[in-house]
Amino acid sequence: MISFLTSNAYWIIWLVKIALLLFIVLTVNAYLTWFERKVVAHMQSRWGPHRVGPHGLLQPLADGAKFLLKEDPTPAGVDKFTYFLAPLMALALALTSIAIIPFGPEPLHIFGQTITLGIADLNIGILALFAITALSVYGVALAGWSSNSKYPLLGGLRSSAQMISYELALTMSVVGVLLMAGSFNLRDIIGAQSQHPERGLLGWNLWPQILGFICFFVAAVAETNRVPFDLPEAESELVAGFHTEYASFKFAMFFIAEYTSMITVSCLCTIMFFGGWLSPFPASWTFTHYLPSAILIPLGLWVIWDGLRYETVFGKLVLPGIGTVMLALGAALIAFPAVNEFIQGPFWLLGKILVFLFVYVWMRGTLPRFRYDQLMSFGWKLLLPVSIANVILTAFVLLWRGAQ
Amino acid sequence: MTPQLAIFFVLAALAVIGALNLILQKHPIHSALSLIVVMIALAGLYLLMGAEFVAAVQIIVYGGAIMVLFVFVIMLLNAGVEEKTNISKLAGIAGVPLAVALLGFIAAAIARSNDAAQAGVESGTLASTKEISTMLFKDFVYPFELTSFLILVAILGAIVLAQREN
Repeated sequence: MISFLTSNAYWIIWLVKIALLLFIVLTVNAYLTWFERKVVAHMQSRWGPHRVGPHGLLQPLADGAKFLLKEDPTPAGVDKFTYFLAPLMALALALTSIAIIPFGPEPLHIFGQTITLGIADLNIGILALFAITALSVYGVALAGWSSNSKYPLLGGLRSSAQMISYELALTMSVVGVLLMAGSFNLRDIIGAQSQHPERGLLGWNLWPQILGFICFFVAAVAETNRVPFDLPEAESELVAGFHTEYASFKFAMFFIAEYTSMITVSCLCTIMFFGGWLSPFPASWTFTHYLPSAILIPLGLWVIWDGLRYETVFGKLVLPGIGTVMLALGAALIAFPAVNEFIQGPFWLLGKILVFLFVYVWMRGTLPRFRYDQLMSFGWKLLLPVSIANVILTAFVLLWRGAQ
Repeated sequence: MTPQLAIFFVLAALAVIGALNLILQKHPIHSALSLIVVMIALAGLYLLMGAEFVAAVQIIVYGGAIMVLFVFVIMLLNAGVEEKTNISKLAGIAGVPLAVALLGFIAAAIARSNDAAQAGVESGTLASTKEISTMLFKDFVYPFELTSFLILVAILGAIVLAQREN
């Protein structure tokens, strides 16, 4: 048994990493729906989900069970093969793209094995991501076409047109970052931003590439079909757009795909423009390494206090439990400096990703939807020229600096 | 059999089956989907040869941009199941012999190719993006620019044709 484990360690680590990442991503997806509903609710002076479990924390589980158990009718007249292929394609491509994201700088050394954080470390990292994004339009387009119904068809057409238009701007806006890093590899891109550790957040790509960042973020939101670019599923015009004819788990697959691509886009924004796992503080400020504990311990205390005065017995039991775990984690990070050092990179990366996810939800709670012609002229007449100008500008500045 | 060879056969079979399916399918969308399978299998073959950049570009440009346009147009025109026609006379007289001849030429060329040509596709060596860009923008800059000029002319032609009504 032991010899089998050690001789095949490479493959076993690989499989375990994939399974673990899938589990984490799907759980985060589920709680992202809770997060979104809560944040939007509070922005609109409502409570949001609060019936299932304390603070509605079990709502994602209830939703998942509902998706699994509901009847799954196939409408008459659909193109069967394509109708079943579309949600599979959307979900598979969205989940694949997560595999390319690196989650931390240092590999983990455990049981004599070296485990890098992240599954695939590709030389063509960002290009591979764009290849997957380029294919993911089929999920939506084919779902719209195969449903044999007018609203999905219109939604699918809108979505293909939108994704073709914004993909150009998306790709061009990244070129500036690639020119500065001189590599397609995501680890190299973060490495290029860490050349001046004393500058902290001033060394990030955000400042020289501010135009690129704005173009990238807008185009990426459009690629993920989120507000204000959610015309393919505009409920006031198209019922539910491309997934109108999908029910039960096939609908859930589109849903998970959309949330997973939100996570991917947040990861990409963080890695390319916000320094990835780099701390925003200068490297000499070592006291900021206690920040994870400084957040976890007060948060844990608050959750315990909140749990003790919660109305239901279940909440009185569960919330203090969660709070105690947070407290223990915070204390453990102080007690074991090696673990604390290791956790710094992932902490900052995940923190920044969370901020971007919040921005996504914030936009949904704030912005109205674009009109279709506004969407097209915005993409072609503003975003694309600006991102091309950014490429030319970056290239000239780099040439000028190289000549000096 | 080495793993590389096994992967090669899987991808090659996928490409050939996809290409056959493209012709045999009756519905345009299914044909377009088969063509996407061919493109992705080809990208896999490039990857097997160590041409990472070309593989990614193959998927982005052909699998993504061009085929999305195909699917988009088919959806927009709402093209139905195609009608079956008898094989045209010209195809019978000229097409089939020409296809056989082309297949023969390619097979002969591959059979006669020496080790030096095969060494170029040795697996495990990575063609870096830097080398490709040096080749495109230094050694072959005039053919490259001429090609982009040709594409520009085609785009302008499309715009002129579309605007003729006004």
